Parts: sequence; structure tokens; C-alpha cells
Amino acid sequence: MIRYLLARLLTFVPTFLGVTLISFAFIRVLPGDPIIVMAGERGLTEERYAELVTQFGFDKPLPVQFWTYLTGVLQGDLGVSYVTKRPVWDEFFALFPATLELSLCAILFAIAIGLPAGVIAAVNRGKLFDRALMSTALVGYSMPIFWWALLLIIVFSGNLGWTPVSGRMGLLYFFEPVTGFMLIDSVLSGQSGAFGSAVRHLILPTIVLGTIPLAVIARQTRSAMLEVLSEDYIRTARAKGLSPLRVNGLHALRNAMIPVVTVIGLSVGTLLAGAILTETIFSWPGIGKWMVDSIFRRDYPVVQGGLLLIASMVMVVNLTVDILYGFINPKIRARK
Amino acid sequence: MALLSIRNLSVEFATASGSFRAVDAIDVTVDPGDILAIVGESGSGKSVSMLALMGLLPWTATVTADEMRFDGQDLRAMSPRTRRRIIGKDIAMIFQEPMSSLNPCFTVGFQIKEGLKKHLGLDARARHARALELMEMVGIPDPARRLSAYPHQMSGGMSQRVMIAMAIACRPRLLIADEPTTALDVTIQAQILDLLTALQAETGMALILITHDMGVVAETARRVSVQYAGQKVEEQPVGPLFAAPHHPYTSALLAALPERATTRLLPTIPGVVPGQFDRPPGCLFAPRCTFADATCQNTPPPVQPPARGLARCHYPLGGPA
Repeated sequence: MIRYLLARLLTFVPTFLGVTLISFAFIRVLPGDPIIVMAGERGLTEERYAELVTQFGFDKPLPVQFWTYLTGVLQGDLGVSYVTKRPVWDEFFALFPATLELSLCAILFAIAIGLPAGVIAAVNRGKLFDRALMSTALVGYSMPIFWWALLLIIVFSGNLGWTPVSGRMGLLYFFEPVTGFMLIDSVLSGQSGAFGSAVRHLILPTIVLGTIPLAVIARQTRSAMLEVLSEDYIRTARAKGLSPLRVNGLHALRNAMIPVVTVIGLSVGTLLAGAILTETIFSWPGIGKWMVDSIFRRDYPVVQGGLLLIASMVMVVNLTVDILYGFINPKIRARK
Repeated sequence: MALLSIRNLSVEFATASGSFRAVDAIDVTVDPGDILAIVGESGSGKSVSMLALMGLLPWTATVTADEMRFDGQDLRAMSPRTRRRIIGKDIAMIFQEPMSSLNPCFTVGFQIKEGLKKHLGLDARARHARALELMEMVGIPDPARRLSAYPHQMSGGMSQRVMIAMAIACRPRLLIADEPTTALDVTIQAQILDLLTALQAETGMALILITHDMGVVAETARRVSVQYAGQKVEEQPVGPLFAAPHHPYTSALLAALPERATTRLLPTIPGVVPGQFDRPPGCLFAPRCTFADATCQNTPPPVQPPARGLARCHYPLGGPA
């Protein structure tokens, strides 16, 4: 197992280098000069422009610029934001809890509904619930996120007034972040009503961000369950006189979990990508919104660093999924 | 009183091309401590009739019967929940493919203990003790270590022993073994059959052995029920059946035994069991029967009296009763 882990960690190296190169190249391919963008409508003199070009190192050839960046990254230095002048690391960790909180809620929401729905659909194959669920899942999967978000905002925030339109916390409450997770910080602050406000702010973004993973998980669970339910060992479990709940929920689901865990892992990648849209729509101060803003500002270090960190998280999630396989199915553990 | 009595059991499957009758008006009677062998070719409905008794058929199957009683209780009238108190406890079943019949995600011990908890309500310590005892009963060496093994770590023969341990865990009064040795090596086959008969003698449970191996029947069974294309065509105690079969199909099956072959070429029964679309109007065996005439082709045969082995035949061997 340890050897397997080390081997997997080694494969991170080329991926990591590749992501570094792509993020470096990607932002430079975009038209637009960060110095001009920074200067805005005021404009700037040619001397000042030349000065800044030298300061940011844009006068050097691209390979040299990349080498400087790469050596910095390897030493743990992601650079400093052109706009805020704060280190990318600091900005990332200030904003990341917001994204993590939203993503966790979204994936939990997707699993909590998608998994049981998929199981029930598979057990009642071809019946009304199955057909209704599968068509709904198709709609959910095909729905453009921004449109779905606007629709929910119009109905629940606009017409019904049940949920806030944007942000993470009502204006009535203020407290210093401790963990960065609003759900936890609001409780720690001791202000009554703060937790409720945090929850209400989370509801719509969670639903919007969780919709696609929910549809994917439900469909994958259903098809994996259908395959497992025809296995001999399910007949054995039923021959023992076990209840349908135990047969389907334990004997079948455990075996069906491998492909489901895979799509959950892949969904995490989708979540981070989806978070960019969702966070922008709901003015959620997370890394998605941070990335979008930085791209518009041509804030090279932030875009590069942010992409690198997001890619690293996806890699770690994939590794976690691989390790989970072994826990779900001992046969896979043995093969490793 | 009979332990199990089934009258006029039929099973129909809904298929894309219409309904298919896999089991056609079968009667099964098993007394306590009896050993009944059900023999027949593939597709003769042997397994399906027993799966119907266990309630293990998929939803596409429709089961009808005039009577289906176990120990005096009417299985047809029971709710699924009540029936699950009998299934796995008083009636247990083992299957053809031991390797795929065990859940790969759980240890052998977990799978054996599961039934003990559900049906007998034993606590963890008692379950463990009973599981060890069962593993010893079915002849698994080093049972304490084997309990924490996963199915993929065991051979086919070992897996079938585990299946048997699981099946007899709650001291069933009827064990159904569905071709328990078909997927195993020849040497292991004999061991498993010996184990089954030994356990039967030890516990006094009744045993239904589904097989297509006449050699197995001769060694283990007391009574034999021969099935063909979903129908029971003959039933006799094992001795008289081998000595004087009354249905031409039984006779042909026995003639196909290598030990009985008198010529260099092994006798075979030409043709195959009729399927969904080629069921003859008269006797189902008529197209393959050497004795068949026009009556056999067109009129379904009557069931002969017990003296003629309940043979479903117009002209039973041994003459009219």
C-alpha cells in the first residue's frame, strides 16, 4: 500500500509541471496587457510603463520568465498579486474556505439525494419512479448553471423572499473569521440568528452547484446497482431471508459504490469549475470568483497560482478515490 | 405429514416475445429427513421451480400453484416479511457457482453470521462460536483464521463449503442444493456430495438435490423426480427408477450413462428440449422419443398411477398399469 502510494505520488510530478506550464502559457495567450489594465482609464506615461515592464520582468524572454516562476513555485513562492500586492498564498487561504464550504455542501447535497434516488430507481426498474427520476436527472444534467441559478433566485429570493440573493452572511452580523467556514464561525461568534443566516445564504448556491453532480451520481448509482442486482451473491443474500433494505442497501450498494465513488471524485473537479459560475452569480467570495476577477485584471501570478492549486486539489481527490476503492472492495486492495 | 408439499406449480416468464412457461404443473412432496433428487437436462425448469419456492425469482416471473405448504403453513398466503422468517432459516439453498455466490465485499465470517443474527438473534459472542462450529462441521481447516478471509482468497471447493455452512447455520429443516458440484473439480465434487449426505444424516434435515448427473443421483438420493421441459415426467424411489424406468425419457437418460454403455459409441438422446416457440401440441418428449406415434404427437399424455412411476406417458414402459 505504501509503495503504491509513493508510486502514485511520483506520477504527480509530471502532471504538476504540465499544469504549471499550461497555466503560465494560458494567461499569456489572452490578449490584454496587465500593466495597461492596472492603469485603467488614467493611463500612464511611457517612462512609467517601461519601468513597470522591467519591474514585473516582462522584458525578459518567456522561457526565462517561466524558469523564474517555476523555481519560485518549487520553493513554495507563488508570487504576489499585481493588484492587491498580497502573496497569492495568503489570498488563496483567505478565500478557499468559502469555496470549500460551498463545494462540500454541494457534494453532500448531491450524494444525500442522488445515491438513495439511484438505488430506489434501480430496485424499481422500469416503474414510474425510475422513469421520472431518470428524465429529471437528464434535465438536471443538461441545465445551464447560470440559467438555473437565475431561475431559482427569481422564484425563491425575488417572488417568495425566502432566501437572500447573494453573499455569505446577513449585514446584521459581523464577526472575525476564525475557521473561514461561515457555518462554524457563526456558531462560534455566539450571535443569535447568525447561523440561520449562514444556512439561508448557502441554500441556493448549494442547490445550483450540486445539481449536475446530483444528476450524474443518481444515474451512475442506478446503472451500477442494476448490474450488481443481477449477481449471484445478491440471490444468496436474499436466500438468507434478509430484508430488501439490507440486501439493496448493504450487499448491493457496497459493490455498486466503486463506479459511484469514481463519479463523485470526478464531480469534485466539476464542482471547482462550476464554482466559478456559481460564485460569480451569488457574489460568493470564494476562489471561483477570485479567479474570474483575476483573469479580467490579467493578474498573472494569481491566475497561475490559483490554477495550480485547483489542479493540485483535483489530483489529491483522485488519489483519495483510488485509496477508497481498496476500502470498498478488498479484492482491489489485494491487487495493489 | 409432508414437510413440503407443492401442487400444480407453474412459473411463467414475461419475455419480449410473449410469456414463456418454464415450469408446468409440477408436484413436489418432501417428507422430513427425505432426500429427493430432481433431474433433467438444462432448461427443464429444475432450478426455477425451487427458486419459486424460495421466492427468489425476478419480477418478470409469475408463480401460480394450487398448494404450496411448508410444515403446514401456506407459503402463498404469507406476506413477504413473514415468508422471509422461513427462508434462510427453515428452508435454505445453495447454488451452482460458489465463487460468484459469495459477496466479494464482506468477509466469510460476516456472511455466515448475518443469518444467525437475523433468524436466531444470537449476540456477537454466540454468533462467533456458532460460526466456528459451522466452519468445522463443513470441514474447513483453520476456521478462526478463515472467518476473516474474503471470498476471493478461497478456492471454489472452499467457497462451496462456506455456502453450505451459511445454509445450515440456522439448522434448516429443508436444504435445497442446486447443482452444488457442477462448477467444481471432479475430486472436489465427491467431497462436497459426501459432506452434504453426512450433514443430512447428522442433522436429519430433508434434502432436495437438483442435478443433471445420474451418477450423483444413484449415490445420494432416496427418491428421484425426473423433469422434462418444465414438466415432471416420472417419480420413483431411486432403486426402482434405475431398475425399471417407466418413462422413455428416463430410460434414455439412464442409457446415456457411460457405465451402462454396451456399444463403443455412447448412446445419446437426439434433439434438444423444446423452447418457447417449438412446444409440440401433444407429449413434449414426442419429437425425441423412439416409441412415439400419432397419439403422442397430438394428445397431451395422462399421468400414470404410482405403479407406473407417475409417468406422464401414453405408453409407459413395463406395459399399461
